[in-house]
Amino acid sequence: MSFEWPWQYNFPPFFTLQPNADTRQKQLAAWCSLALSYCRHRKLYTVDVLEAQESPMFNNKKIERKLSVEAIQVVFEELRKKGNLEWMDKNKTRCLIMWRRPEEWGKLIYQWVSKNGMVNTVFTLYELSNGDDTESEEFHGLEEWMLLRALQALQADGKAEIITMDDGKGVKFF
Amino acid sequence: MDRFMWTNGLLEMNETLVIHQRGVRLYDGDDKAKLDVGVVLLSTHRLIWRDQKNHECCICIPLSQIIFFEEQAAGIGKSAKIVIHLHPAPANREPGPYQNSKFSYIKLSFKEHGQIEFYRRLTEEITQRRWENTPVSQPITPAGLKTGRTRAVGIVGIERKLEEKRKETDKNISEAFEDLSKLMEKAKEMVELSRSIANKIKDKQGDITEDETIRFKSYLLSMGIANPVTRETHGSGTHYHMQLAKQLGDILLAPLEERGGMMALTEVYCLVNRARGMELLSPEDMVNACKLFESLKLPLRLRVFDSGVMVVQLQSHSEEEMITSAIDNVSEKGSLTAEEFAKLLGLSVLLAKERLLLAEKMGHLCRDDSVEGLRFYPNLF
Repeated sequence: MSFEWPWQYNFPPFFTLQPNADTRQKQLAAWCSLALSYCRHRKLYTVDVLEAQESPMFNNKKIERKLSVEAIQVVFEELRKKGNLEWMDKNKTRCLIMWRRPEEWGKLIYQWVSKNGMVNTVFTLYELSNGDDTESEEFHGLEEWMLLRALQALQADGKAEIITMDDGKGVKFF
Repeated sequence: MDRFMWTNGLLEMNETLVIHQRGVRLYDGDDKAKLDVGVVLLSTHRLIWRDQKNHECCICIPLSQIIFFEEQAAGIGKSAKIVIHLHPAPANREPGPYQNSKFSYIKLSFKEHGQIEFYRRLTEEITQRRWENTPVSQPITPAGLKTGRTRAVGIVGIERKLEEKRKETDKNISEAFEDLSKLMEKAKEMVELSRSIANKIKDKQGDITEDETIRFKSYLLSMGIANPVTRETHGSGTHYHMQLAKQLGDILLAPLEERGGMMALTEVYCLVNRARGMELLSPEDMVNACKLFESLKLPLRLRVFDSGVMVVQLQSHSEEEMITSAIDNVSEKGSLTAEEFAKLLGLSVLLAKERLLLAEKMGHLCRDDSVEGLRFYPNLF
């Protein structure tokens, strides 16, 4: 399945940070949704800004336009404010991108657990993300740090408890 | 050329030679004289020219005949020249190679250079006026010649008088127009004069009657110089600027309409100062005057764009119209740079860009800033 680019992707002004506040807001919103859906499509969890600039996400070779590093950082900062991104270093060159926020993931996992009547059961984290039972689920293949965050969010809601076991971590749902 | 008279080429008793230069050709005004190349000698009393081969052919002018002289630089295929302006020939002058000439100046063309030194020495002689201190022994002039002029009556007399008059006007005209700096000087004197009269009128406001004031003013008008609004006539500060604003309002309407209702302030400045001639405005006064347009209810406005560019625009020239025209043009072409837009509208690039930026500011356009330059697109976001 090929990625479907939004119409803005072929509109040259999309690649210049607009000075007009209203216009910029709309532009950034479009970039945010593009970045998230692209990462989701490619299942990207960490993004390097410089690499991203050369990737199709921010570089449209057809119209010979690419977003500047500064503009990318503005877009990412916007994503960070929305809770979809976390910087991995002070210089803002690498980031964790969460196309679903931890709470959203947690909700998905909990839905699956309760649908299958496995409340009060203990899972290992590996089982959840790589087990055969979850193969058709969206959270299948989720990176461990992401999974852990999702479960922490559930724990905060009192819907799960993270248990430390000998060979790793487990979780019990309530 | 008709000022020259024949001479034997020998110096007089008190006369001393200052400098001589070979390879000099004489010009009667702008025309080559019908004499060959020769030697020019400068003495304390006279300017002498002698044919290089035929030493019998020797002519001179007394230095007292010279009004002023100037250098003319050399060009491609042209030797450097010294132009010498002369007083009209005295009626009793001795015979020379030319009986009459339509020019009141001659030129020395230096084929073998030396004009710089010659010019310097000539300047010295003219300023020192040594011929006055030690007059040469007056050549004996026949008494008949001296009175020859007054004796001529009848048609010859009238003709001579007409000729003299013609020469006089000729001289005046050439004096006025040949030398632009002289003309400028005279114009300045005229302005000076008109101003002093204007000041007198002001000082004596109470003392002189209405009639006299009007008469004075009509004198000023007849000199061809309307009294320009200056700091002196209108004092300093706001009053001056108000008057100036009114004047600007009058003269800027037509050019503004011609240019689509808007002009950059620099353009206005040039235009106004070109029109004013001598009484130049300072940029500061101009801006201050323009700031008063609104309070004086003049149909003009000073507008400062966000970038700091200042323009004068017609009041009727509305912002919405400007923006609409920008949007329409951009939509029609798909996208536009400021240069393209300027060409379409016949505006300066600066103003075209301001319009696009304004439309962008209102959220109607958006930009594409790439290596190809800044382009504006309709705002599709």
